[in-house]
Amino acid sequence: MALVEIKGLKKYFNTPGGQLHAVDDITMNFEEGTTMGVVGESGCGKSTLGRTIIHLQEPTAGQIFYQGEDITKVNSRKLAKLRQDMQIIFQDPFSSLNPRFTVEDTLREPLRISGRFKRSDLEKEVIKLMDMVGIARRLRMAYPHEMDGGRRQRVAVGRALAMEPKFIVCDEPVSALDVSIQAQVLNLLQDLQDEYKLTYMFVTHDLSVVRFISKDISVMYLGQLVETSPAEELFEKTLHPYTKALLSAIPSVDVHTPQQRIALKGELSNPINPKPGCRFAPRCPYATESCAQPQVLEEVLPGHFVSCCRVKELNPDLLQ
Amino acid sequence: MRSEMHDRLQFAGIMEPDEQEEAKKQSQFLEVLKRLTRSKTAMIGLIIFIILVIIAIIGPMIAPYDYAEMVVSEKNQLPSAVHILGTDDVGRDILSRLLVGTRYTLLLGLGACVVGLIIGIILGCVAGFFGGWVEEVIMRLCDVMQAIPGMLLAVAISSALGNGLVFTIIALSIGRIPFVCRMLRAQFLNQRKLEYVEAAQAENCSKATIMFKHILPNTISPLIVATTMGVGNTITMAASLSYIGLGVQPPPPEWGAMLSAAKGYIRHYPYQLLFPGLAIAILVLAMNLFGDGLRDAMDPKLKN
Amino acid sequence: MSELNNNENNDILLSVKDLYVEYTSDKKIIHAVNGVSFDIKKGKTLGLVGETGAGKTTIAKSIIGILPVPPAKLKSGEIYYEGQEITKLNEKEMSHIQGEEISMIFQDPMTALNPTMTVGAQIADGIALHENLSKVDSIKKAKQMLELVGIPSERFTEYPHQFSGGMKQRVVIAIALACNPQLILADEPTTALDVTIQAQVLELIKDLQKKQETSMLLITHDLGVVAQTCDDVAVIYAGEIVESGDKYEIFDHPSHPYTLGLFGSLPNMVKKGEKRLHPIAGMMPNPSNLPGGCKFHPRCPYATEECTQDIPELKNIGGTHACRCIHAGNLVRTDETNEETKEG
Repeated sequence: MALVEIKGLKKYFNTPGGQLHAVDDITMNFEEGTTMGVVGESGCGKSTLGRTIIHLQEPTAGQIFYQGEDITKVNSRKLAKLRQDMQIIFQDPFSSLNPRFTVEDTLREPLRISGRFKRSDLEKEVIKLMDMVGIARRLRMAYPHEMDGGRRQRVAVGRALAMEPKFIVCDEPVSALDVSIQAQVLNLLQDLQDEYKLTYMFVTHDLSVVRFISKDISVMYLGQLVETSPAEELFEKTLHPYTKALLSAIPSVDVHTPQQRIALKGELSNPINPKPGCRFAPRCPYATESCAQPQVLEEVLPGHFVSCCRVKELNPDLLQ
Repeated sequence: MRSEMHDRLQFAGIMEPDEQEEAKKQSQFLEVLKRLTRSKTAMIGLIIFIILVIIAIIGPMIAPYDYAEMVVSEKNQLPSAVHILGTDDVGRDILSRLLVGTRYTLLLGLGACVVGLIIGIILGCVAGFFGGWVEEVIMRLCDVMQAIPGMLLAVAISSALGNGLVFTIIALSIGRIPFVCRMLRAQFLNQRKLEYVEAAQAENCSKATIMFKHILPNTISPLIVATTMGVGNTITMAASLSYIGLGVQPPPPEWGAMLSAAKGYIRHYPYQLLFPGLAIAILVLAMNLFGDGLRDAMDPKLKN
Repeated sequence: MSELNNNENNDILLSVKDLYVEYTSDKKIIHAVNGVSFDIKKGKTLGLVGETGAGKTTIAKSIIGILPVPPAKLKSGEIYYEGQEITKLNEKEMSHIQGEEISMIFQDPMTALNPTMTVGAQIADGIALHENLSKVDSIKKAKQMLELVGIPSERFTEYPHQFSGGMKQRVVIAIALACNPQLILADEPTTALDVTIQAQVLELIKDLQKKQETSMLLITHDLGVVAQTCDDVAVIYAGEIVESGDKYEIFDHPSHPYTLGLFGSLPNMVKKGEKRLHPIAGMMPNPSNLPGGCKFHPRCPYATEECTQDIPELKNIGGTHACRCIHAGNLVRTDETNEETKEG
C-alpha cells in the first residue's frame, strides 16, 4: 500500500496577473520505503506540491491520504502528529537554518517538541543525531555560518530526522552544493533510507540525480504531470515530448558522441489563467489541433503514465 | 544500530574524524562583547560612554562649585584657573554645571530611547503575533504618529504633560515608538520569508515559539543599533524643548538647557555655548561610534 | 614552457604565466590563485573546471583587470594577450582591451544588468564607448546584436525585468559580444538557468563563437557542459591547476585523483544497479590555511608519505596532457566507474 497518496491535488495562488495554477490536478502515489523523484524546471510547481502535501500550504482542492487516511483537512492536534511523520529538507542550507541557533539548538528543538525524550536525555539524542548524519561532534556548538554548505545541509537532514519521520520531502537538497559534496549528501540520504525505511519525495531539476536515487520519476510541466514511470524506464522508453526534450538537454559527459538536442521553441512561461489543453503545446514540436483539448494521464505501459494525446502515434515502436 | 551506521559513514569517508578541538559554545552576549573589543572605534566610544556614566554618578562630588550658586560678581568670566571653563551669565561655574548635568542628559537621552525601544518592540510583536485587525490598527496608529513631525509631537506631548525629567522622557520616547515598530515589522516580514521559519513550522513549533524564539532574536540587533544612534538625536531634541521653555528647566543643568540658555550670548561669550555644545557632541559621537561597532559585532556572519 | 618559438606562439591568443593572487581579509592572507599557467588558443575554448572557492572566478577577473584591489592583490605572474603583457597596463590602456578585445559574461544575469536602463541602451552604450560610432549607428548595431542572440529587435526598449532568465542571459551575451571581442571569459554562464534554457544558451554561445572565431575561457563546475562545449580542459583545485589537456585526454584518461573524484561523484556515471556514489572524502581546504605538500593529499585516497612533503610539479604525461601528481600513471582505480569511462 502506498504510504502517501494524493488525488487531484490543486494549489492555486491569486496574483496581480490572475490565478496562478501552481499545482493543477496532480495524482501521485508514494510507496513506503521508496523514492519518488519529481522533476521539472523552475516554476513547474514541484516545490509547491511538496509543501502542500505536508501541510505547509493548504491545498485548494483535491485529497491527500496518509496510510489510507484522508488528511486533506486536519485539526491542530492531528497536524501535530502528522508533522512528526512528515518532514522536509530545503534547498538552501543558508536560509533553512536559523543563523542564531547552534547545531545543538537546531537539532534539540524538534527532539524537544516531539516529546519522546526527557529533558536530561536531549543532549545525548542530539549527539546521536549528529553521528547519524556525519557531523563531527566538535561542531555541536558551531553556528551555521561557521560551516560549509555540505555540513549545513547535513544539519538540515538531521533536523528532519529528529522527528523520526516516515515521509520526507527533499526539496532540491543537493542543488546548492558542489558536485563532490552533493555525492556525499546523496549517499547519506540513501543510507538513511535503507536504515529506517524512509519514503522520499525527491524534488529536483537534475535528472541525473533523480535517476540515481529514485525508484519512480514524475515529470512536471507548468503545474501538471506529464509523465510518470519507473526510473530506468523513463530513460529507456521516454514517451512524452517534453521529457524527451528535457533528457536531450542535459549536457552529457560523453565527449565522443556529440549531443543531439531537441530544440524547443520559446521560453518557459507561467501557468497564470492557463487555457485548457496541453500546456506544453506552444513549445512542442509535435503539437497539432488535438492538443488544445484537455489531456488525460493515461497508463500506456504497466506503471508508465503519460499525458499526451499523440503518444501512441509518436512512439509506435515503443508501444506496440 | 545507530553506532553501526556511524562506523559505516566513517568508513565511507563521509564522517569526519573527531580530532579537532570542539567548538565551544559561548553565550551570545559574551560573543558580541568579545567581537566588540576587537573594534578600536567601538572601544573608544564605549570608554567615553563609561567615563560619562561615572561622571553622571559622581558628578556632584567632583564639581568644584555648587552648580546652582549664582555669584553675580563673577558672571560671564572667561575660562581661568579659578573657573576652568568660565562662568555663565549669572555667575555659575560652567564646569560644575556640566559635571552635574551629565546625569540629567544621559537619563534623558538613554531613557527616552530605551523606553521607546521597549514599547515599540512590545507593540511590534503584538502586531506581528495577532495579525489581522490588531496589526492594522497598530500600524495605522504608527502612520498617524509618523505623519506628525517629531519635534512637533514632542512639543505637543510635553506641553500637555508638563515640565520635568520624567515627563520629558515620556514625551521624547513616544516619538520613537512608531519608528521601532515599523522597523521591527519590516524585519519580521523579511525573516518570515526565509526557509528556517518554514522548517520551524514543519517541526510544529507553536506560533509564539516561532515568533519569539526563532524570529525575534534575528530582528533585534538592527533595532538596538538604531537605538544607540538615536540617543544623540534625542539629546538634541531635548535641548530644543528646553530652549522653548519646555522639557527640563533650570536649575537642573541639563546640557541642552545650558546650550539654549547661552544662545543669547553667542557674540560676546561664545565659550558659554562652546562647552555644553562640545559635551553634547562628544556624547553623540561616542554613541555613534559604539553603535557602529555594535552593529558589526552583533552580526553573526561577520564573526572572525 | 619558458622558451616558446614563434610558430607555436602564433596560434596562442592569451597566455597566463605563473599567476599568484591573494586576498587579505582581517589580517589573514587567502591564497586564491597559486601559480596558474595556461594558454588559450585562437578560436578554441578552454574549460576551467573546479568547485566553489577553487579560484576560477579570480583568474578570470585577473585577466580582464577587474580584481577588487584591495583586498585582492595580483602578487606575481604575467598575462600575455597577443604577446603583450597586460597586467601592468594603466586604466586607459586596459579599457581598450576590456570589451574590445576581451569581455566577460557573468554568472547571474539578474544582477549583471542595470534594472533602470532599457536593454537596448545597455548594449548601445558599450558599442558607443568602444567603437567610434554615432548614436544612430550604435543603436542600429545594438539592434543587430539583439537579433543575433535570438531576441526580436522590437524588444530593444524593454527593461530587464520584462525578460525571463534565459532572455536576460542572452542580453548579457549580446553586450559581451557587441564589440567583436577576440576572447570571451564566461563565468558559469548557464548555472542560474534551467536545463532546456541552458542548452539553448550554450548552443547560442557555440554558434556565435564559430561565426566570429572568438576564443573562450569557460568557467564551470559542470563536467557535462565542458564535454559538450570545450576543446581543452584545465581542472583547478585550491588555486592550482591539477590536470590539463585536451578534452579527450581528460575525459578518457583522467589521471589526477581529484579529477577521478569529480567523475566518481557524478550520479550519471554510476553503473546500473549500483547504489552508492564515490564522493571525494572531506571538504575543500581553507584557502588561508592550505595544507603543505600536495594540496589534495588530505582528501586523496592514493596519498602516500611523499605527498605530504613537496609540492608536486605539473608534469607532462603524454601529448598535451599534464598532471600534478607524483603517482600519476601508477594509480589503480578500484571502483567500477573506471571501465565505464574507458569504454566511451
